[in-house]
Amino acid sequence: MKNVGIVIVSHSPKVAEGTADMVRQMVGEEVPLAWCGGNADGGLGTQVGDIMEAIDRAWSEAGVAILVDLGGAETNSEMAVEMIGEPRSSRIVICNAPIVEGAVMAATEASGGASLKEVVATAHELAPA
Amino acid sequence: MVATTDRIDVAGLASAVADTISAHAEELTALDQAIGDGDHGLNMKRGFEAVRAELPALAGKPLPDALKAIGTKLVMTVGGASGPLFGTLFMTLGKELPVEPSRADFATALGKAIDAVAARGKSQAGQKTMLDVLYPVSEAVAGGKPASEVADIADAAAEATKPMKAMRGRASFLGDRSIGHVDAGARSTALITRAIAETLERGA
Repeated sequence: MKNVGIVIVSHSPKVAEGTADMVRQMVGEEVPLAWCGGNADGGLGTQVGDIMEAIDRAWSEAGVAILVDLGGAETNSEMAVEMIGEPRSSRIVICNAPIVEGAVMAATEASGGASLKEVVATAHELAPA
Repeated sequence: MVATTDRIDVAGLASAVADTISAHAEELTALDQAIGDGDHGLNMKRGFEAVRAELPALAGKPLPDALKAIGTKLVMTVGGASGPLFGTLFMTLGKELPVEPSRADFATALGKAIDAVAARGKSQAGQKTMLDVLYPVSEAVAGGKPASEVADIADAAAEATKPMKAMRGRASFLGDRSIGHVDAGARSTALITRAIAETLERGA
């Protein structure tokens, strides 16, 4: 797949899956997409191992943009990217954007063949000033 | 705090830490429920129990490798922001410590590990976090304080997060309402410090 991949990381698996459904409705199968959410006990949370696997599933040579919800999702995503390491880690960006709007806009941009930089910039336009 | 000649029993230390975290899991969760998302006790317990399950494999490893393995296990199993934060602490200690560290080696490595935690959490002292315990502990270790005193300093530092206003994590959403509660991460850091200090003291 040449289009940038999208990963959705939420504390809630329902939020993550629901966001992914909205992305799929917009872009179909044109964008590699994966989501994860929830902790090992089935409660709310995010896990580094799950995020690493989601990045693998959505991997694209063009790179991957990650959308996160609250703080722990960001910290765990940063850790996951670091553990994946180079050469892939420099082609993975965690977006500063609201998770639902960010994922839909980033995926729409990605489906047109935009670069990782363009996809991330589109998501960042949604960040609160 | 760290003997220069005796081999450090990592498995014994990790087991003592797992004991105290499990014994205080409900207290940690209650602290986190007051101003956070209420998962700290369970998350930490899950992580350190996973470390405990690895102990037979850890016991034979050199100290740096064992610490890196503990850190990685915490990163992969804790399941909250605490996983990367406590994991980074132990992983960096493993990276910075020689196989048979002197006390000075330990003080230097601890300083670097705390810097790594601060970078991971994009935080600093005074923001009502685990760092508010780690910095005084690091200072006490570097200053040659005996283990029991280091543990007391950690407890007092955790208690001192009570009047602070949270600037990081979920508690920061509460603003002034975070004042008046001890930070759960600071409390767990003090518990870990005491478990390590008391185990080292018994072994000395």
